[in-house]
Amino acid sequence: MDLSPLTILTVFFVLSGLIGYFVVWGVTPALHTPLMAVTNAISGIVVVAAIMVVGPDILDPDVCTALPCPYPEYTGVLQWSARILGFLAVVLCAINIFGGFAITSRMLAMFKPKAAKASQPATPAE
Amino acid sequence: MLFLINSDVMVLFGLLATVLFVLGLKGLSHPKTARRGNRLAMAGMLVAVATALMAPQVGAFGWVLAGLAVGAVIGIPMVRATPLTALPQLVAAFHSFIGLAATLVGVGMYLRHITFNAVSSGLATEIALGAAIGMVTFTGSVVAALKLQGVLGGKPWAWAGRHILNLGLVLALVLAVVLFTMQLSFLPLAAIILLAGILGVTLVIAIGGADMPVVVSMLNSYSGWAAAATGFMLEQPVLITTGALVGASGAILSYIMCKAMNRSFISVILGGFGTETSAATEATPTQAVKEAGMEDAAFMLSNAARVIIVPGYGMAVAQAQHAVKELYGLLEEKGIATEFAIHPVAGRMPGHMNVLLAEADIPYDAVHELDDINPRFKETDVVLVLGANDVVNPAAQTNPGSPIYGMPVLEAWKANQVYVIKRSHRPGYAGVENPLFGMENCALVLGDAKAVVEGMVTALKNA
Repeated sequence: MDLSPLTILTVFFVLSGLIGYFVVWGVTPALHTPLMAVTNAISGIVVVAAIMVVGPDILDPDVCTALPCPYPEYTGVLQWSARILGFLAVVLCAINIFGGFAITSRMLAMFKPKAAKASQPATPAE
Repeated sequence: MLFLINSDVMVLFGLLATVLFVLGLKGLSHPKTARRGNRLAMAGMLVAVATALMAPQVGAFGWVLAGLAVGAVIGIPMVRATPLTALPQLVAAFHSFIGLAATLVGVGMYLRHITFNAVSSGLATEIALGAAIGMVTFTGSVVAALKLQGVLGGKPWAWAGRHILNLGLVLALVLAVVLFTMQLSFLPLAAIILLAGILGVTLVIAIGGADMPVVVSMLNSYSGWAAAATGFMLEQPVLITTGALVGASGAILSYIMCKAMNRSFISVILGGFGTETSAATEATPTQAVKEAGMEDAAFMLSNAARVIIVPGYGMAVAQAQHAVKELYGLLEEKGIATEFAIHPVAGRMPGHMNVLLAEADIPYDAVHELDDINPRFKETDVVLVLGANDVVNPAAQTNPGSPIYGMPVLEAWKANQVYVIKRSHRPGYAGVENPLFGMENCALVLGDAKAVVEGMVTALKNA
């Protein structure tokens, strides 16, 4: 197959959007707030991008002998700036991931059904 | 090119993560399976992050692990410290983080690639989109969080020229994107970020407090689209699939919220709701209403066979949930069938009221949605409206001139007796007169929701 990445990625994008559409309609309205919290956590997936921006170890300035660098004197600065931005993005996403899943668990733990009528006489019998 | 190594294994693990996310969301279809759903989503995230760490283009593990640790150290205590009434602000703040992260990723990608002159116009378009969506999400969410926190007033910013300003900003943004894809230089990228940032503020600041559930859902959706945009930038399918899932979820919630208010998405986005209407109602003379004491209401409750409680955001503001739980427990003990009726836009975000009731230990199977419970109001003896107003307004069905005409409402007026607990005679958040208050079978119990419910509990205990 000789497809451009953009085409393949667009197919992924549209089909996932459709899956999301049908799955989310099935979510009970009572759990719409946990839904939002868990999608919040899931959108922390940007961390994958952030990790890649942090990138490999800083490249030596002499890579510019192999690759054409338009600003050879700034290579280090540019790479370090990218790393710091990536690091900040990792932190922000991690707040979302840990915070989002934590708040979702906290909320879901509170949703309890009515105590079954049959079980109530069973406890004082002890 | 640096970031185009896209091994098959990585994509397959990404697929696994996406499947886990989908199953996780599927779990939320019922409270019984919801916790498992949350765990599946966590597993999905673990797979995704672990895979990313194994990617060939990742090396500086110290930095990454430090970043994750810092995020955990900030995120978990942040959540612990937040009361559930402040949940909407917290969620809005979380959306802003994702928006900012997407923007940072965009700029970082640009910096990494410009070092080797490797920015193509295709990549530039993706960076521009990611940075712009991310920035709108960021500043928009910050404004939404500040509004929800009460730092900024809830009143919409109704300056007439705002549509022209927004249009100008959008046009300038498009121009900057075109310029960036052609020049590939830093200045237009900075302009994109600045313009998108301003646009986020002007879009959200115009939207009134009553429309906040829509705004929060909309920003939820944007944070997903921003994630998907970073996926196009890095050519990482897992980001695209997950971002699209989140984007679709937020879009559906926005749609549900708009429908529950009978407002079009466009009119919410254009903002200004709540200004014209309040001006119109100030001129209307207030109707004659009856008042009742809490003892009368408690007496009626004790003689009822079926009771429905309609909680609104006022209940949460008054922190009356636990008093309500006590009342619920007493009524159930007396064999009085008691249920809760929740309007989709009660509270400040979708499903907010359900969480607050769950926190007060009210079982979820006693809490019902509008469509389920509406047919039961006519068989109900007493309805207790607690800090809700517009969601029980019969004018939505009868008065075509009403600003909320056509909005689905809880038909509380069909019950034998309705007690509305309110702090004053003033109309509700949207500033709309409520004819329910003047009806024969309705009486107002004036006072703070918590104090009144506690009073009822005492009266019931003494009875």
